[in-house]
Parts: sequence; structure tokens; C-alpha cells
Amino acid sequence: MEINIQKRVLAKNESDADRNRAFFKEKQVFVLNMMSSPGSGKTETLCRTLEALMPDIRVGVIVGDVCTTNDADRLSVTGAKVIQINTDQFGGDCHLAAHLIESSARSLGCDDLDLLIVENIGNLVCPAEFDIGEDARAVVLSAPEGEDKPLKYPLMFQVADAAILNKIDLLPYLDFDAALAVENMGKVHPGMPVFELSAKTREGMEPWFAWLRTKVKEKLG
Amino acid sequence: MHEMGIAQQLVTIALDAIPDDIENPRVEKMNLRIGKLAAVVAHSLSFCLEVIARETPLDGAELIIDEVPVCLHCESCNHEWQTDTPAFGCPACKNGQVTMISGREIEISSIELADD
Repeated sequence: MEINIQKRVLAKNESDADRNRAFFKEKQVFVLNMMSSPGSGKTETLCRTLEALMPDIRVGVIVGDVCTTNDADRLSVTGAKVIQINTDQFGGDCHLAAHLIESSARSLGCDDLDLLIVENIGNLVCPAEFDIGEDARAVVLSAPEGEDKPLKYPLMFQVADAAILNKIDLLPYLDFDAALAVENMGKVHPGMPVFELSAKTREGMEPWFAWLRTKVKEKLG
Repeated sequence: MHEMGIAQQLVTIALDAIPDDIENPRVEKMNLRIGKLAAVVAHSLSFCLEVIARETPLDGAELIIDEVPVCLHCESCNHEWQTDTPAFGCPACKNGQVTMISGREIEISSIELADD
């Protein structure tokens, strides 16, 4: 006897994400989901971003890692409100799910925020699958990782709204073809803006800041 | 990996679908639709299901996965195509706005109960 079901397995996460979306709309907060592999320079990029955008834009951060509060500690130095989620208490989850974002956002408090950045778990696979109720997604790829990563992880680069190519300060020392990396991103996601920058030297960061400011302004008016 | 969480959701949905009036139900097959681009590894999912389904009506159920191809639609020129490579630009007009019609599914289509 066959029983017809026809249900999406991640339906619960999707409805949690929709609820988050409604909450963030009510609170008038733009939510950015930042994703990448471990070690791409996500946290450093975020530190520079917080320094540039605050205080004109009030920013808070939810940081996800399997273990440690290292990233939250680094980000707190900027003066932004930061809350850390460690997924080892859930068995070491490899991504942040929507229900975790809701509880963390409420703990952080969103009444005094214009922009909430979620620094996701370092992982180019799983976070791409889980809607958390964000307004935009950014993926960070760094020069040492190789030009072919967008082709190896197409879902991540397909769902992102923008890509950052970080650590361009290392280009003189690497056999890395930045133009090919950008071309590969364009193959997977035609028309996606790509920001080539160095969070260490601050080279190339202004267009990224401008993109984010525009996105926040578009939502908040 | 997150296949354990997906397996838990699958078991919940499948058990919920079994009519209450069936005595000692035993599920022989679970039919899934998984998109080629979905971040799900079939053998990991199968392993996780084996663990979670123990001592439930799903214990021993065979996992049948229908792999859904990546199909895209160009909003600019209306071209539709299937692709096996991670190159999602429109092959017809080269620079149109593309949307993905299929390829990201993680769905349970049906379950098949044993007749005994």
C-alpha cells in the first residue's frame, strides 16, 4: 500500500525562517548571512565592515562556530553587540538553523539595530541549504583556496547574492588566477557582484561597504 | 553532517503519514526526491535513517532516491534547459536572468507499507 506524502523535508526550517523574516521586518532590521569555508577571513572582513558602517548604521552580530568564543571576542572589540552560538552543544551542527537565529536575535535584542549580520559556521556545503530568514547572503572566498571552488561548491555560490574574494594582498605570492575565480563565480551565478578586497590591508573594501549600505537603506528607507 | 537532522525530519513526517487504523504497520520503502544540487549525501542519509528508524515502523525500510536534475529557466528569453555542470548562465541569450526550476529538492514523495 503506497501512501502519498509529497512534503519538503526542510519544511519546518522554512517556516521557522519565514517567521524570522516577519520578525525582522517588524523590527526593521536588515539581515545578512555571511558564509564561507573556515579560514577565508570572514571574521576579519566583518571587523572591518563593522568599523566602517558604525555608528551611522547600528550593527549587531550573531556568530556561529562549533566551539570557542574566539570570533565573538574579536568582533566585540569593534563595539558592536555580539552573541556567540556554539553548536557543539547540539552535537556539532555544521550550519546554523533558523530556530537558533530566532532565539539568538531575541537574546541579542533587535530594537536598537539596523543591520544584523550572521557569521555562519565555516562550511561551503551545508549553510547554503538552510534559510535563516535573511535578506541577503554573502559568500567569502579567499585567494589561497583556489579558483575552482565556485565550481566545486555550486549551491553556495548559486544562493549567494554577493561574493567577496578576500586576501588579494597575497596574490603576488600565490599561483592564483583571480580573473578565473571571478569568471567561475560568474559561470555559477551570472551577474552576481564580486568584491575583490583585502580585509588585512583594507584594499578594495569601499565597494563592499557601499553595496551593504545600499541594501540596508533599500529595506529600511 | 546535517543528514542526521534530515533523517529525523524524514522519520517524523513518514510516521505521521501512517494511518492510525493500521495495526503493526511496517514500511518497506521510503521514496524520496533529492535534487542534484541539494547538499545531501545519499549514503550518509541512509546510514542515519538506519540508526533513527530502529524499533519504529520504518525499521529496515529501503530508501529509494529519485535524483532530480538541475533545470533552469531564462526570464529574459524564455529558454529552458537541463545541465549537468555548474554553469548556470543562459546558453541561448548568454546574459539573461536565470531561475532554477528544479535541482534543489529534499522531499519525501511517498512510503510503501508491507501488505502483511
